Amino acid sequence: MASNSVQPKPRLLSALDLTSVVLMLAATWMVFFYAPSAQPEAGGEAQRIFYFHVSTGWIGMAAFISAAVAGVVYLIRPNRKWDVFSVAAVEIGLVYSFINIATGSIWARPVWNTWWTWDPRLVTATVMQLTFLAYLLLRQSIEDPERRARFGAIYAILGSLTVPLTYLSIRIWRTIHPVVIGSGDPSAQGTFDMTPLMLQTLLFSLLAFTVFGLTLLWHRVRLGWLGEQVEQLRLKAMR
Amino acid sequence: MIEPYGAHSLAANMPRASAYLAVVGAIVRKDLAVEWRSRQLLASMLVFALLVILIFNFALELDAATRSELSAGVLWATFAFAGTLGLNRSMAMENDSRALDGLLLAPVDRSAIYFGKALANVSFMLLVALFTLPVYSILYNVDLFNAGLLLVLVLGAWGYSAIGTLLAAMAMQARSREVLLPVLLFPLLLPVLIAAVRASGFFLEGLALAYIWPSLNLLIVYAVTMPALGYMFFDFIVEE
Repeated sequence: MASNSVQPKPRLLSALDLTSVVLMLAATWMVFFYAPSAQPEAGGEAQRIFYFHVSTGWIGMAAFISAAVAGVVYLIRPNRKWDVFSVAAVEIGLVYSFINIATGSIWARPVWNTWWTWDPRLVTATVMQLTFLAYLLLRQSIEDPERRARFGAIYAILGSLTVPLTYLSIRIWRTIHPVVIGSGDPSAQGTFDMTPLMLQTLLFSLLAFTVFGLTLLWHRVRLGWLGEQVEQLRLKAMR
Repeated sequence: MIEPYGAHSLAANMPRASAYLAVVGAIVRKDLAVEWRSRQLLASMLVFALLVILIFNFALELDAATRSELSAGVLWATFAFAGTLGLNRSMAMENDSRALDGLLLAPVDRSAIYFGKALANVSFMLLVALFTLPVYSILYNVDLFNAGLLLVLVLGAWGYSAIGTLLAAMAMQARSREVLLPVLLFPLLLPVLIAAVRASGFFLEGLALAYIWPSLNLLIVYAVTMPALGYMFFDFIVEE
């Protein structure tokens, strides 16, 4: 171990905490008061959930991809830090993609007239979610930390295949899910044209959620490291 | 079994590609020979497959009106469940009496072991299908003799065992192995199953090839990428 002393919380992390709170509050204000309401077919006022729906979806997918990238690096250079990073990214990705599905459901209730439908986008997003839940189950059932890290890395890489599948699902199959960025399927229900104010709100939400996501990731990685240190100390005490 | 060693001495005088194939062939022969002598796995897979069909019969009330649309789904669900039995057994067999350690000690490329196991698993699945299809066809009076369906079956079963063999090797080394395998396997398998069910259904309905291509494409992509991933990762999974 490099050191057994607990590192104090980095100053930059405290600064990021504050920045995320400010950015999230500003994003919430923009969503409700800056962006205009959409046409009734897109849900009218309910469409405002779209900004957070897209942002959480983006963080979820980015987190899963980063976990897979960390997995590749781990397989090439087995260093514990990549494993700690990988599991942190997967946990954050799971929370965000769940919020993504929940916000989508809330929007779909008035617009599609149902909470849930077996549309390709909804199915692939659920499969992605289940894959990374299986990742956590896999880790739980392996005792040896080195093997757990190795298997986790491989499964994260395999599981990351569901991310492009989810992203592309509304672009390659017939779907009722709107494609707001790029051209969508004519059978999509609830599509709307983005006005400049809407686009600005979306971009700002994406920025706010990205900063917030990175802050959470840093916290989670730090927690993972502290957990490792506790483990090491326990092993030392047992000897 | 002594075949891996035999294959190696056989391989010494051969060019690399055919030496590799000789090892793969030896593993397949080993698995088939073990199964031929015990007949444990195939018997349980077959009985299990029939029981699953029986359960679907009552759960879905497969009467004349619904069965033509549901046949593809019922068959693939049956193969998917029966397949996990085969995968678990095929890896548990290597785990008992530490036979896998013996295999790994053989001076051969480890990916050849992976391909051998995957090919053995796909042949078990196809054997089960070969038995189940005529029985299903007779029981429900559905015509399943269709070249397209056979193609989908081969592609789907290959994609299934390519990823399944890899994950079974992983699950075998975990604490709750038999329970863990389906949990690891099914989420990654869903795209294959969806594509296989749709393609089989379309072939059975006799739709034009233009409708079937997207699903067939996905099956082909899986049948190519999954073995490639197995080739890359198997070594990491079995290393000690």
